[in-house]
Amino acid sequence: MPVSIQYGRSANQTLRIVCPNGHLGFAPIQTGSFCTGCESEPDLICADSGSCDVGPGPLGADISSSPIQWQVDDLEQMLLASRRLGVPMIIGSAGDTGSNSRVDLFVGIICDLARKHGLPAFRVGYFYSEVSKQALRRRIAAGDEIAGLDGRPALDHSTLDATDRVVAVAGIHPFIKLLGEGADIIIGGRSSDCAIFAAPAIRKGFPEGLAYFYGKVLECASFCAEPYGAKESVLGEITMEDVKITALLPEQRCTIASVAGHAMYERANPFYEYFLGGHIDMSRCHYEQYDERTVRVTGPNYVPAPDLRVKLEGSGKIGDRYVGIVGVRDPYTIANIDLVTAWAQRQVVERFGDRGYELHFTIYGRNAILGDREPVKATPAHELGIVVQAVAPTKAMAEEVCMIATRQMFYARLPEVKGTAGGVAFLLDEVVPASPAYRWTLNHTMRLDDPLELFPTFVVEAGV
Amino acid sequence: MTRSCKLAEIAKTIRSKNAGVDKITFDVIFPDRAAYDRVRKSGVLSHEAVCGIFGIDAAQITDHVEFDPALAIKFTIYRRIPSGSPGDADIFGSQQYGPLLDIEIIAG
Repeated sequence: MPVSIQYGRSANQTLRIVCPNGHLGFAPIQTGSFCTGCESEPDLICADSGSCDVGPGPLGADISSSPIQWQVDDLEQMLLASRRLGVPMIIGSAGDTGSNSRVDLFVGIICDLARKHGLPAFRVGYFYSEVSKQALRRRIAAGDEIAGLDGRPALDHSTLDATDRVVAVAGIHPFIKLLGEGADIIIGGRSSDCAIFAAPAIRKGFPEGLAYFYGKVLECASFCAEPYGAKESVLGEITMEDVKITALLPEQRCTIASVAGHAMYERANPFYEYFLGGHIDMSRCHYEQYDERTVRVTGPNYVPAPDLRVKLEGSGKIGDRYVGIVGVRDPYTIANIDLVTAWAQRQVVERFGDRGYELHFTIYGRNAILGDREPVKATPAHELGIVVQAVAPTKAMAEEVCMIATRQMFYARLPEVKGTAGGVAFLLDEVVPASPAYRWTLNHTMRLDDPLELFPTFVVEAGV
Repeated sequence: MTRSCKLAEIAKTIRSKNAGVDKITFDVIFPDRAAYDRVRKSGVLSHEAVCGIFGIDAAQITDHVEFDPALAIKFTIYRRIPSGSPGDADIFGSQQYGPLLDIEIIAG
């Protein structure tokens, strides 16, 4: 068996990338395996910082989903390693959403860290991904369809009106442009996860199919290793013939099962990965165990798209939100819980009518998580927890809707209930403000003439 | 002759996760070829079976594949509402796999 790629390059022409974290800033980098990665002769340090998984709130409200200090800490680890080793560092989808404010935030953090540590001067490249609603309106007016993905209809004006912020998902192009302009650090707006890693490889002339696969397999860091253990670093190496990936935490290994298993993680189909400019077909990928902790992959095929279509993600505010929490222990009430919520809802309708707000009862202990897809219909738990959510145009109305619905469950009129001093148990005799409610309004694609047209790039100096 | 067992007993991994904001994907991964083949042949994760488990119609299933390199059966369904909209109680889609655990695979 060959020596692990951790200890040296496996071919003359290679590009090695350490990925310390699959969602930078979401949970801290584990430093031990990252240090090992930095000692393994990486040519770059790259990480994705974004995800739609956090829901539509952060994009709509233009915030991050984790405390800023977590993002500072992760960026500090990567920046100091990058400058010490003299290798570029690339971050994609800054601050969860990749909106312009998150890019600016990350660029600011990098510049502050450079001053704090007195780092020698270096170049910070960055690009934006936001698309103005006005630009989308012009497209629609010109008859240029903004096509829906995943069963959604084409974008119309009313959906756009209900949208607060839109980002486009960049491909490799702005990263390659910034590398060409000598950027040592790149902070990307919203971008395809795989493009962050594929860009430097394609720029160096490695085959596109392998390069995109390289990004696909690296972007979640140790999620492609076993046993399960997140936020550990992995090391990848691309050559002209193959991609190799190795686990850096001594307790973890990359195996055929773990790497192939990851190839299908959080995507509808394990055989295709789409991005701006085309897709890769992974149906002929061949996986083999290269050394004890390394897997070698060959055979991914790059299929260029006949025309450029960029993915758009958009979020819009529905309203302000309050939450109430109650419990139920009486088996008779549990069996008739729908009558209880119906009673409470009727009291809201009497006060506010049946439109202009949203009211949701999420019934833990019965079917909160799967809703009507829950196959266990007949055996609710011996106690239920019910979360009441009210969403309305103003905070005051949301609070009142939520308060009526929560408190009126206490007064619900069930014909044969034994307990007549209160139908539910209050965790809090109040309703509490939650973050405003948003929804994903755009999951669409739009035609582009130039893969850079939505992604303006900039370079600034940092350090001393 | 193998005894009857539940899917959770012979699968290595059973998980669900968002695939974009409008879909949830399910991965059932097996430790070896024999377990993978047994479940494939049993039909307990066929198109019809998946529809039956979640009470959905076939049009709700967007992808359904057997993925040999990972010894996995994978299917993807549309969400009831987009991830994180009010009323969605599983923003990451990470707890939708529960009903798969107890699927019975009969002796064979």
